[in-house]
Amino acid sequence: MTSPEGASLGAAAPKGGALLARPKGAGRGRRSSRGQLGARIAILVVVFGYLLLPLIAMLEFSTRGNYGSRSLDSFAAIFSYPDLIDGIATSLEIAVLTVFGMLLLLVPTMVWTVVRVPRMRRVIEFMCLLPLAIPAIVIVVGIAPIYHWMGTTLGGVGGSPLTLTLIDIILVLPYAYRAIDSGLRTVDVATLADAARSLGAGWPRTILQVIVPNIRGGILSASVLAVALVLGEYTISSLLSFDTLQVVIFLLGKRDSYVAVAVALSALVFAFVLLYVIARFAPGAAGRPQRAPEEEPAP
Amino acid sequence: MTATVPAAAATGRSVAVQFEDMHRWYGSVHALAGLSIDIAPGELVALLGPSGCGKTTALRALGGLDEVDAGRILVDGRDVSHIPASKRNMGIVFQAYSLFPNMTAGDNVAYGLRLRGTGRDERRKRANEMLELVGLGGFGDRYPHQLSGGQQQRVALARALAIEPEVLLLDEPLSALDAKVRRQLREEIRRIQIAVGTTTLFVTHDQEEALAMGDRVGVMSAGRLEQIAPPAELYDHPRTRFVAEFVGLTNRIDGTAAAGVVNVFGTNVPLLEGSAEAGPVKVLVRPENVRLSRAEDGTTRVVAVSFLGSLCRAQVTLPDGTLVVAQMSAAEASGLYPGATVNVGVLPAPVFAVAD
Repeated sequence: MTSPEGASLGAAAPKGGALLARPKGAGRGRRSSRGQLGARIAILVVVFGYLLLPLIAMLEFSTRGNYGSRSLDSFAAIFSYPDLIDGIATSLEIAVLTVFGMLLLLVPTMVWTVVRVPRMRRVIEFMCLLPLAIPAIVIVVGIAPIYHWMGTTLGGVGGSPLTLTLIDIILVLPYAYRAIDSGLRTVDVATLADAARSLGAGWPRTILQVIVPNIRGGILSASVLAVALVLGEYTISSLLSFDTLQVVIFLLGKRDSYVAVAVALSALVFAFVLLYVIARFAPGAAGRPQRAPEEEPAP
Repeated sequence: MTATVPAAAATGRSVAVQFEDMHRWYGSVHALAGLSIDIAPGELVALLGPSGCGKTTALRALGGLDEVDAGRILVDGRDVSHIPASKRNMGIVFQAYSLFPNMTAGDNVAYGLRLRGTGRDERRKRANEMLELVGLGGFGDRYPHQLSGGQQQRVALARALAIEPEVLLLDEPLSALDAKVRRQLREEIRRIQIAVGTTTLFVTHDQEEALAMGDRVGVMSAGRLEQIAPPAELYDHPRTRFVAEFVGLTNRIDGTAAAGVVNVFGTNVPLLEGSAEAGPVKVLVRPENVRLSRAEDGTTRVVAVSFLGSLCRAQVTLPDGTLVVAQMSAAEASGLYPGATVNVGVLPAPVFAVAD
């Protein structure tokens, strides 16, 4: 039943209530944004599931105790395997050396390229990305004679697993290049270098005091990626018969798979924590405001 | 801005600079084609020219940031052509914002002093003086991203002056700023430059800036110096066609030259040196030298009148369709409106003419 008042109100509504009326399509927009939110949540669940499921499985496996109980014995047992401790120490040493070697090679080269020979940027990029395209076995086959020569000629130094640093530097180049390059693109390196030089800084000071502090985020990212890659590198170490962390985990897996999985999980968590710390605390990562304030007359 | 120049800041060294027949090739491009300039001690020379004319190349060569292929650069009689930038003691303010983002304004200004081994207290004192000089006293603790573009360029100027440079090099330092800040800052830069007395090379493509700031203005084209002269002389007595056409607004009006004069709208006007001397020519007449008078039976028609504050600019079309711009006081333009008919004349000021 419709009263005359109701009819009149109904007729007046589009005009008098225009300000209160929902914009055309607003309901559809809200439905659409709800749909988008749902899709995002679904994607996140799938991605996290994909990433976390193996970790959860590893955790479940490595914490199995007797008669269905839970135990951290596998994690405690890590320290009872000397070869495992040696493998961890070796990998960490290689990681540190690789980070230093990579930074020493890449940062000055990339800064010099940007400032002095920008047309070479593509060439350097291509060279740095090459290791992605070359299979590990090809690298090993090519490089094995050199390692054989180093082992027989340079004695203990030549045969040390730390010499893997030389290969690892090459392996991390594609990732490190991208990270440092993104850092270099956030600042006007050429102008900063010109300014520093005009004030009296030589190239070493220009790079260390002016460029590096302003691409610290990129350098930290490159370093973390390098550490993660070195800690996870198996193929080349194994083929060259060096006992790094991953090789030892593999060998240990044949004897005590629980401890092997515990170590692998610990290494993964270590890498995640490292990445989180860098992403959270690296300069520039926290979204420092880059926009200058509006022009205002000086006092 | 009311900053005064602290006594200690006025320590700039006034040295002479000479470019001797400088050449620079970038592949097949001859960026500097025999550039020679003498800059007197304490003088501000503005290099003006279109993009790619070589003015920035010349500045960078003086700063040691680029090398030259031939020629010499003398500073105070000393050949610095092969001295690296870090040892030249030149203060440079760049077009792009060049403050070190990881340092505060104070640290930026003090950086050059730090490299020279100046003690911490002395550095801080000097940095504060320099920031005062550029009107940014109290801004020393701010980071570049907390400063506006104009403020960043002021800090860059303070940083360049803090090292007491032999020569101050300004590479289009105002081009990234908005018009109002730009005008304000160029006056400040000029005031400070006069106060500290540092020999200065200023590069710009903005002729208003060059004419307003330079003791002398050098106009460059294709790696060569076309003319260098005080602003008024450059404007009133251009020596080459390029300078006459590039600097200021000009009308191109048909005329006939003979015996050092050219007849324009019935007036004999003397020709400047370097002009085409005989026959039909295009006469380059400044808008302020064009005179309009109302005439009911005139054959020239006003097409537009622009109000510019104290001045007015009127565009008229001649019977042959040539568009002529005249500039006059607002009072003189009071009777002009689009569609009005006028007679056109010119003042007998010397003009430049180019062969038709």
